[in-house]
Amino acid sequence: MTMTTGEIWVVIFSLAVGTFLIRFSFLGLVGDRPLPPLLLRLLRYTPVAVLPGLVAPLVLWPEATGGTPEPARLSAAAVTLAIGLFARNTLYAIIGGAVTLFGMLWLLG
Amino acid sequence: MRSKSQSMLLQGARDGAPFVLVVVPFALLFGVVATEAGLNVAEVMGMSVLVIAGASQFAALQQMVADAPIVMILATSLAVNLRMAMYSASLTPYLGAAPLWQRALAAYMMVDQSYMLGVTKFESVPELGVAERMRYYFGTLILIAPSWYVASLVGALVGKTIPPEFALDFAMPITFLAMIAPMLRTLAHVAAAATSVIVALALAGLPYGTGLLIAAIGAMIVGASTEVVLERRRA
Repeated sequence: MTMTTGEIWVVIFSLAVGTFLIRFSFLGLVGDRPLPPLLLRLLRYTPVAVLPGLVAPLVLWPEATGGTPEPARLSAAAVTLAIGLFARNTLYAIIGGAVTLFGMLWLLG
Repeated sequence: MRSKSQSMLLQGARDGAPFVLVVVPFALLFGVVATEAGLNVAEVMGMSVLVIAGASQFAALQQMVADAPIVMILATSLAVNLRMAMYSASLTPYLGAAPLWQRALAAYMMVDQSYMLGVTKFESVPELGVAERMRYYFGTLILIAPSWYVASLVGALVGKTIPPEFALDFAMPITFLAMIAPMLRTLAHVAAAATSVIVALALAGLPYGTGLLIAAIGAMIVGASTEVVLERRRA
C-alpha cells in the first residue's frame, strides 16, 4: 500500500459518512414512503454483486505467489465456499477454509 | 413502565448475545489483516468505530492494498453497504416516529444483526410502542457493538506479531467467500454472483477497480432480472 496517512483518513472519513448516509437515508430523511420495487430488487443483490468479483482474482491469482494459481489457496477457497453453502454459516466456513489452507501449505511444504 | 422498558433492553441483549461469537473473530481478523496491510492502530480503530460495517471495511482494505484511486475505493466499499438502504427503508415503519437523535444513533449502529433481530421482533410483536422498539433494537447492540470495537483493537495490537508463514494474505479472500456462500440462497443470487466473477475476471486488466464496478452493476441487473423471470414463471 502506498497511501499516505492523510489519504487513509480521507478514505476512513468518507466511508464513515457515506455509510452513515446510506443507513440514515430512509429512517432519517425519506420517511415512510415505499421504495420503487425495481430499486428494492437491485439493492437486494448488492453484496452478491460486489464481493464475488472482488474475491475471484484474489483466489485465482494470489499476490503472494506472484499471480500464479496455487493449490493450497485454491483448495482453501473451495472448502470455504462448500462449507458456507451447506452449513449457511460464515464462521464455520472461515474455520474450514483456514484449516484447509494451513493443512495444504504444511503438506506441500 | 420502567421495568418493561428495561426488559425490552434485556430481551434485545439476550437475542443479540449469540452473535458475539460471530462478530469477535470477524473483528479480530479485520484488525490483524488491516495491520498487516499497513494501517496503524488508530486507523484500524478509526475505521471500525466510525464505519462499523465489516464487509465494506474489508473491501476498502483490499482496494487500498491494490493501490486503487480513492474514488474507486469508496465506490466499491460503499456499494457493499447499499443493502443497508433497504434495511433503513424496512425499519422506517417501525422506528420512523422516534426522535431524530435516536434515529441517527440507530442508523449509525445499523448492522445485519440488529436489523434482522429488530424486524423479526417488530413483526411478531406488533403491539410494541416506538420507544420499546428502540430499546429492543439498542439492546441487540449492547454486546455486539462493544465486541466489534474491542476485538478490532485486539486484532490490530497482535497483528504485527504474526509471522508471514501464516499466509495472512489469504485471510481476506477466505472471509469474503465465507460471507458470500450463505447469501447464495436463490438462483437469482447465484446468477448475480456468477456474473460478478466472470465479468470481474474478464475485465481484470482494466485500471484499478473499474472492471469490478462494471461487474457489480452487471451482476445486480442479472440478479434482479433473474428474479423477475422466475417470478413470472411461477405466476
